[in-house]
Amino acid sequence: MTHQTLLEVKDLRTRFHTPEGIIHAVNGISFQIREGETVAVVGESGCGKSVSMMSLLKLIPQPPGEIYSGTAFYHGEDILVKSEQEMEDVRGKEIAMIFQDPMTSLNPVLTIGRQLTEALREHLGMNQAQAENRAVELLDQVGIPDAARRLHDYPHQFSGGMRQRVMIAMALSCAPSLLIADEPTTALDVTIQAQIVELVARLREALHMAIIWITHDLGVVAGMADRVIVMYSGFIVEEAPVEELYDSPSHPYTLALLAALPRVDRRRDQRLKSIPGTPPNLLLAPRGCPFAPRCEFVLDKCRQENPALTRITANHQAACWVDVKTGALR
Amino acid sequence: MTAHTSSIPQLTDDLSTPPLTLWQMGWLRFRRHKMALAGVVILILLFVFSFGGMVFYSEQEANFTDTSLRLLPPSVQHPFGTDTIGRDILARTIYGGQISLFIGIISVVIETLLGILVGALAGYYGGWVDSLLMRITEALLNIPTIFLLLVMAKFFGNEIPEIEIGGRVFSGSVIVIVVIIGATSWMYLARIVRAEFLSLKENEFVLAARATGTSNAQIIFLHILPNTIAPIIVSSTLSVANAILSEAYISFLGLGVQPPTATWGNMLDSSANYLDSAPWLWFFPGMLILLTVLSINFLGDGLRDALDPRSRTV
Repeated sequence: MTHQTLLEVKDLRTRFHTPEGIIHAVNGISFQIREGETVAVVGESGCGKSVSMMSLLKLIPQPPGEIYSGTAFYHGEDILVKSEQEMEDVRGKEIAMIFQDPMTSLNPVLTIGRQLTEALREHLGMNQAQAENRAVELLDQVGIPDAARRLHDYPHQFSGGMRQRVMIAMALSCAPSLLIADEPTTALDVTIQAQIVELVARLREALHMAIIWITHDLGVVAGMADRVIVMYSGFIVEEAPVEELYDSPSHPYTLALLAALPRVDRRRDQRLKSIPGTPPNLLLAPRGCPFAPRCEFVLDKCRQENPALTRITANHQAACWVDVKTGALR
Repeated sequence: MTAHTSSIPQLTDDLSTPPLTLWQMGWLRFRRHKMALAGVVILILLFVFSFGGMVFYSEQEANFTDTSLRLLPPSVQHPFGTDTIGRDILARTIYGGQISLFIGIISVVIETLLGILVGALAGYYGGWVDSLLMRITEALLNIPTIFLLLVMAKFFGNEIPEIEIGGRVFSGSVIVIVVIIGATSWMYLARIVRAEFLSLKENEFVLAARATGTSNAQIIFLHILPNTIAPIIVSSTLSVANAILSEAYISFLGLGVQPPTATWGNMLDSSANYLDSAPWLWFFPGMLILLTVLSINFLGDGLRDALDPRSRTV
């Protein structure tokens, strides 16, 4: 993967002003996405995966949300300084997003055709007939049979998996260069999950688009991602190519996530290992490493100072004081 | 690109009978509401009476004054009798019906537009927009509507000159009444629409629409508004009845539509002194108002049951 950089995010910080205080949801994350590359973002619920990606498209409600620092250069332009109106041209056309729950992501009172053609007419300036033809092609492409007739159907006439296919068709309608998939398979059952993953992988090849795949399912990640970003408490704690992450995880959190993964080669009666405790309350910004209270490698230094993301090998970074292979300070 | 789709497993969740649309389901439920059906039939008859009657009576006849024929009880020549200055009451109820129904419908159009606009903006944007619009709404709700109507009718009543449409002359006060009824009744609808928007905007389909670059205006009017159509229809239908009643009582107090243009309401105005001696003066226009308002309320009830999205029975 020696492609050009498509998106370069630096020091992105997002917080929410709530009656209880300020919630620091994203705490200075930096990463790059290259053209045509698939990057998985993993982590437990509430660790800032969705918020950081939604911040990129300025989709978080402001107020109470606030993106108070950072740049995101996309094709050489900082999209974080764009106005709401300028963002309307970025969303869908350049960067598209699909969401977790296909059952609620489609408007129940509008036909599939209406919802699919809207972006085509809006962004690509097609007329109704052109847009409808394109919509049929798109539905065909995502594997919906009898597409021309189904254009006139309402969302309740589709099953969950079919709806997610429709959502994907909508997201891809304007041929974006980057697709952000926010846990698109979480609400679906396992066989449908596999179909959707396969579909997205196939479309990625066909359309040569980059994908940010937000998930907490490391099994899905292994199959399709090039690189993995592990997030915890609004920080990136580890980033590595997918094989390297599985072979030599360098952050205790990644290690714990992998240990919690069910494996076919493990004995049936063995219980899955869970991570003790819960993710930290983002209202109270801790002094040290946010993972320290749950970490089995924890040292004194961890409670004092939050480690920065540091390079371990050429393209492997982790934010930990400890070398997890030896248990000693790095 | 289509070459890639060949190996994708094709899902089928085809149903042999096409599922019912919202409107078809609504109709099936509405049909079972006998009173609502009766209401619709009566309303159609009232429209036929008011507009079909033009064939038999000209407007000149409705406004023809002959004091020698004053206060005649119903007879063959004057089936509904004559009024205090000898005008034929049947002819006047026909032309008055047109104006009353017109006022009812057009003022509700104004009310609905205002209510949707205020409610949608307040509910969608929230924050200071919501606070400002809702405080205005509450302020207006706190003034008793009848006083607001009377004051405005008194104030603007004679501002607009007579208008001629299609050879017929209408008192400018019709327009004034329509506007002030519309402008003083949108607050409840605005609250309903706001509440709907507050919950609907949290839906993921709104986020999904934003993520495909849809503008706020399109999200408000093309994505969220269609979801609120059922409560709006019900509320607006019931408002037609209220608007007709409002017109009737401002006109009864002499501040409404000015003669010679007849409405069911201002026909009642002159009858107050003859409640015992000439009951036909108030009976016919009064009955027509009663029938209209009752049928609209039954219709509204039927629509409420039929369009309730939570109701699952067909």
